[in-house]
Amino acid sequence: MNDADVKTLEIDGHQISARRGQTILEVARENNIDIPTLCHLDGLSEVGACRLCLVEIKGSNKLQPACVTAVFESMSVITDSDRLNRHRRTILELLFAERNHICSVCVANGHCELQTLAQQQGVTHIRFPYRYPELPVDASHERFTADHNRCILCTRCVRVCAEVEGAHVWDVSGRGINSLVITDLNQDWGSSSCTRCGKCVQVCPTGALFDKSKIGSGHPKYPDFLVNLNLMREAR
Amino acid sequence: MNIEELEQIADSVRGANASFDHEVNVCMGTGCLSQHSDRLKDALAKAADASGKKVLVRRTGCMGLCAAGPLVLVDREHVLYQHSRAEYSERIVAGLGGEPVAGLQCNLREHFDEQVHIVLENSGRIDPEKIDDYIARDGYKALLTAITEMKPDDVVRQITESGLRGRGGGGYPTGLKWSTVAKAVGDQKYVICNGDEGDPGAFMDRSVMESDPHRVIEGMAIAGFAVSASKGFVYVRAEYPLAVSRLSTCIRDARRRGLLGSGIGGTTFNFDVEIRLGAGAFVCGEETALIASIEGKRGTPRPRPPYPAVSGLFDKPTLINNVETFANIAPILRKGARWFASIGSERSKGTKVFALTGKINNTGLVEVPMGIKLRHIIEVIGGGVPDGHTLKAVQTGGPSGGCIPADMLDIGVSYDALIGVGSMMGSGGMIVMDDTSCMVNVARFFIEFCMTESCGKCIPCRAGTAQMYTLLTRICDGSATMDDLALLEDLCATVKEGSLCGLGQTAPNPVLSTLKYFRDEYIEHIVHKRCPAGVCSMQVPAEVMA
Amino acid sequence: MSKLKLATAWLDGCSGCHMSFLDMDERLLALAELVDVVYSPIVDAKQFPDDVDIALVEGAVASVDDEKKIRKIRAHSRTLVAMGDCAVAGNVPSMRNPIGPEAILNRAYIENASAQAQIPCVIVPQLLRKVRPIHEFVKVDVFLPGCPPSADTFHSALTALAAGAELDVSALTRFGA
Repeated sequence: MNDADVKTLEIDGHQISARRGQTILEVARENNIDIPTLCHLDGLSEVGACRLCLVEIKGSNKLQPACVTAVFESMSVITDSDRLNRHRRTILELLFAERNHICSVCVANGHCELQTLAQQQGVTHIRFPYRYPELPVDASHERFTADHNRCILCTRCVRVCAEVEGAHVWDVSGRGINSLVITDLNQDWGSSSCTRCGKCVQVCPTGALFDKSKIGSGHPKYPDFLVNLNLMREAR
Repeated sequence: MNIEELEQIADSVRGANASFDHEVNVCMGTGCLSQHSDRLKDALAKAADASGKKVLVRRTGCMGLCAAGPLVLVDREHVLYQHSRAEYSERIVAGLGGEPVAGLQCNLREHFDEQVHIVLENSGRIDPEKIDDYIARDGYKALLTAITEMKPDDVVRQITESGLRGRGGGGYPTGLKWSTVAKAVGDQKYVICNGDEGDPGAFMDRSVMESDPHRVIEGMAIAGFAVSASKGFVYVRAEYPLAVSRLSTCIRDARRRGLLGSGIGGTTFNFDVEIRLGAGAFVCGEETALIASIEGKRGTPRPRPPYPAVSGLFDKPTLINNVETFANIAPILRKGARWFASIGSERSKGTKVFALTGKINNTGLVEVPMGIKLRHIIEVIGGGVPDGHTLKAVQTGGPSGGCIPADMLDIGVSYDALIGVGSMMGSGGMIVMDDTSCMVNVARFFIEFCMTESCGKCIPCRAGTAQMYTLLTRICDGSATMDDLALLEDLCATVKEGSLCGLGQTAPNPVLSTLKYFRDEYIEHIVHKRCPAGVCSMQVPAEVMA
Repeated sequence: MSKLKLATAWLDGCSGCHMSFLDMDERLLALAELVDVVYSPIVDAKQFPDDVDIALVEGAVASVDDEKKIRKIRAHSRTLVAMGDCAVAGNVPSMRNPIGPEAILNRAYIENASAQAQIPCVIVPQLLRKVRPIHEFVKVDVFLPGCPPSADTFHSALTALAAGAELDVSALTRFGA
């Protein structure tokens, strides 16, 4: 490794070294600096869509998403400030108000990344009027259910299905506030070309995609398989 | 095709034109066509035949003054007829060479005299579908000169020195963009023309593509030469069928003349252009979304960097410019960077085409030098506000722009001045509002637009614009509190700073600018439950079950 | 020092928050040293008093009656606490919102009725079209999410409120807790 491949930078006042091409998020997490994320998942491509990982970079007034911003020499990053936390809380509140997230009756209660982040960020109520859209629940699959009321459109299911399983059953239909993840060309999940691998369920950060056998019993998700799977594939 | 052959074509067209005693141009842009200017043209041709006069009746593109259409221009005499109809044909023809028909004449001298036409120099003067008409007005000369006598670097330098900035809205220096793509390493590069004009009330690019499509193709080909790209795409929204059909015709004709394709002008330069249709998504005007759309993917933006100049279409270096930007290229090469830089203001060179709409007399397109006072555009060129109403504000920059109050209209129109007052140049939409416009309602209109056009990828834009719309609706129906207003302002900050692409980042501008200049109207709605302009119904929807 | 006046109220909720409140068990005795319960479903007062120090409100606002109550409570309370997810976020009662009140009443009183199928319309208060959390009607000072908030949460929160001390709600509870 030559000198140009090593970058030294500062994150929240800590002096840190990194390899060229690493993202701020990678480097921060290697150094136990927590930056909240929802759309990012180790093992999937980045989309930079949830905007929770926005950070301040000294010398720029524009906030940058840590998940897709590469480190550069002498960069100085702030991951925790009033300004950032205000935006993060607002984004979480927007998600809660967007669809019908009823934590108390959700299969993912206690295992939900949205719920956990809300608590971490100190969101105790939602200032925005709830939208209460009428959304479908697709229970046509023999093993899994898709409850769109709980979907935050992070597109992890879309990416894991296309990039890791190679099936590309999931995608997004519609646009804006009317976006919806769909299977195949908007067929029922049960009659779609789904391979029944269940990866989408494991990577779903909320209770939107769940295993029917877990109803009423707590439904922890195990997205870590992705990193291991990728390692094994690389080794082969 | 070489320059001499080009000159021969030009001479023969000029000669053919000179064999007529009169040239009558009929606007057949979308606006005038919607009022049957095609029938008018046929009737004029028939009347001319019957009269025995030697008259060339020519189909042309837009003449700009859409409010007065259909328009007929008697070219050599500079007589303009407004609101023309087929049944007036005999009278118009009878007036040729004599006294113009009095009641039909359009006498808006100041509307036309104050304009400077570069982009629109051929609009309304040539048949857009006749490549020889374009060649007769020095068309393709710049391209052939560039590829035979200049090096790509020289072309980039000319564009840089001209001071041209992107006409799509952002105002990024065109020369800098070109030189970045020129320097980018890649076996294949692309040139894309962004014709996905989507701002409400904006139709500059449509008009250029309909009225003078060869100008856009020539600009793209020159760009291809400058950055070493061999392939170009024009991305046009499918809602512009006339532009699409004229562009298709023109691309075909340019290929036949050897002005597109391989070995252009006997050189080793290859360049061809294809059309791609946008399927009606505003966000596809954003460059990374547009590229995704051309690639056949869902049209959503992606984070930058990497910028398209480095990794764009199919991950290759890609130059992407707006229609109007490309339309400026040939004149710059023909007349020189210094000529172009002499027009306009300090940091905004050349001219800008604006689409004047809303509460204004002379609705239509105008092309004015940069730096001209906004007030001059509205009151003199635009003819002011109709029906004795008073001017209240001007919205520039479409849904990404802001509302500029009447008392600030003495600023000169430039990229920086408009940003300075909380708006932006945008692509050139200019919506005029008078005392019957409610500024809260205007803000709500633009937010509704952004909400329905948000792609839904990032949360601040997807859910944020929907919440902004809800809060603004509350203000408009009188159910909002001052807390709602504070929440709205808070939300504006997150949507602006947090969104992924330009659509979301600029979506709050109409709210922020109206809040800045017309805060009293918001307060009036919230505190006194009254809409000063009398637009909002102030009726709260029933909350109780019937 | 005189004791603080504590009121609790019950709008559209399941009473689970009140049950959880009572789950403070022996700690209720210590709390009773600090506060007098002047109005509550668990005491006998019929009228909401004029000057309450702390009001705990369970349940979402679902009817015109709920709305009247919450406005009255707000007007006469120094500190208003939204108690539990229904009051804070609408929770289960708000699950009728996407489909509307008619559909819900039909299912409950017509389709599922075994006798005398009819939608009640006398004595019962008119429903609002949408069930909403209380802060969409009145200003709320403290939000205690949870379904229900635990007895420990109540204990920590009330002790802090009574003492006028700092309260970090997110350290105690969350939505759905």
